[in-house]
Amino acid sequence: MLEVDITGRIGQLDLEACFRSSGGVTSLFGQSGAGKTTLTNMIAGLIRPRSGRISVNGTTLFDADRGIDLPVRARHVGHVFQDARLFPHLSVKANLTYARWAGRRRGTRDMGEVTDLLGLGGLLDRMPRTLSGGEKQRVAIGRALLSDPRLLIMDEPLANLDQGRRNDILPYLDRLCGEAGIPILYVSHSIEEVARLSNTLVILSEGRTPAFGPVADMLARTDLGRATGRHEAGALLEGTVAGFDPEWGLTDVDIGGAVLQIPDWVAGVGEAVRLRIRARDVALAVKPPEGLSIRNAFAATISSISSETGPYAEILCSVSGQTLRARITRASVFDLGLHTGKTVTVLIKSVAIDRRQRVPAPVFSPAG
Amino acid sequence: MDFFNLQPAEWQALVLTLKVAAAALLVALPLAVLVAFLLARTRFAGHGIVNALVHLPLVLPPVVTGYVLLLAFGRKGFAGAFLENTLGISFAFNWTGAALAAGVMAFPLMVRPIRISFEAVDPKLEEAARSLGAHRLIAFVTVTLPLALPGILGGAILGFAKAMGEFGATITFVSNIPGETRTLALALYTATQTPSGDLAAFRLTLIAVVVAFAALIASEVLARRLRARVGGGHA
Repeated sequence: MLEVDITGRIGQLDLEACFRSSGGVTSLFGQSGAGKTTLTNMIAGLIRPRSGRISVNGTTLFDADRGIDLPVRARHVGHVFQDARLFPHLSVKANLTYARWAGRRRGTRDMGEVTDLLGLGGLLDRMPRTLSGGEKQRVAIGRALLSDPRLLIMDEPLANLDQGRRNDILPYLDRLCGEAGIPILYVSHSIEEVARLSNTLVILSEGRTPAFGPVADMLARTDLGRATGRHEAGALLEGTVAGFDPEWGLTDVDIGGAVLQIPDWVAGVGEAVRLRIRARDVALAVKPPEGLSIRNAFAATISSISSETGPYAEILCSVSGQTLRARITRASVFDLGLHTGKTVTVLIKSVAIDRRQRVPAPVFSPAG
Repeated sequence: MDFFNLQPAEWQALVLTLKVAAAALLVALPLAVLVAFLLARTRFAGHGIVNALVHLPLVLPPVVTGYVLLLAFGRKGFAGAFLENTLGISFAFNWTGAALAAGVMAFPLMVRPIRISFEAVDPKLEEAARSLGAHRLIAFVTVTLPLALPGILGGAILGFAKAMGEFGATITFVSNIPGETRTLALALYTATQTPSGDLAAFRLTLIAVVVAFAALIASEVLARRLRARVGGGHA
């Protein structure tokens, strides 16, 4: 449970942030310069807000009205910085245990458990300068986890890594987000990372938080195009793996009421997966088409059509309680006679659902 | 081989010099670290004035510094009288006075490299340390100080060398008393003023060169080891 309602001013930026999250992974999403790092530094206690409140799991970290302003060391906020900030004169092991010998934190978490989770076993005796960027970030995450945090802030941990390194570290993040058992605030300007990892999405734009809520709902909102990035707009579908066809290399994912076929083996049968489907990869038909290469075709009901100026229209379709987003031309909306409530056939090319958009959904049950 | 047989007076000068320089270093180094840190990491009212004061002995004629010390810490000086009455410490014409003069003269030479090495340590590392539960002071001692160690070592070597060779301020402040304030430099000066002192002067010169050389090599070896641990590049 994370509650933030603060104002502050840093340089040219006026910050006015207000959001609540019930736990799990909360993503703070915004473009460069939106104030993401300023906001996380305020939560960590490195920058003092002008007014407001910050609380984590019922513990108040900052309250201007009541005169509460816990020092950084007393906040128990694990902070994974963009630049890792490992101590260069200490071995990986001494870095990992820093909170215990220098911060007098007695973690409940076992050292072996964390090194296993992040794959750090072979690195313990190395010095930070001999590590790759991805290894450094994993050590930084482990170091923060071992400081017995009540909240883990991850400030764009992948931003300084190339795509190859990102792909190395993402599986660890998946496991971490599922198993950490503490709330995580994940800062990112990549909608793919956000969609992959988070439960709650907070949008930060020019120092304000115009919207926050469950990640699927937020991605389906068409009024946030400017903040979430128009080109990458898409929706999240949660489903379970129903089967795998080794001959054709296709996995069946049951999204409730419809089965999607996606390429390659994704996860074991019965496991939960999350698919991010970009609006521009979705087509609509008024009647089930035949003789088509597109493998995913199922019925859905149009729940809204946002008519904008320009050539495009954003259409939200509902499939057994889940929302799918489609971007088609306004001309097509007119030609097909689409309107709210109409049943249409949704078409998604299997190959459009690429590897990085399919991951296990975070295991998380909202607590209250 | 009479040449290599040090006279008792020369031994005395060498031992005294090492004692004076070590005492100067012991007292001045922690102070230099503190001042260097404040100058590198904080902005306070009078920052510029403190900076100028620290560097003053570097640009003033040493005789002036020695004379100011005499005025302040001499038997009749305000600080000297106060210290003698309260703590029983006297700087007048004894080896502690020589150490004070050496420490003051060496101070700017120590502060400069230490300050530069503090400035090279990323202050964000301390933020990380604090986020891991470390108190500010603990964060400084466990992160910033070890990373600045090569610079501190450099400052210490430079300061020690300066303290060993200090002449002008010492002779002005505490005079040239054999066995009490006559360090190597002063003994050498005395030898050059004595008609039969050529051989003694040459031996003293040799001693000075050997000691300085040993100090430089030791510092180089230590610095290399430290850098290897911290990881090359800066600091």
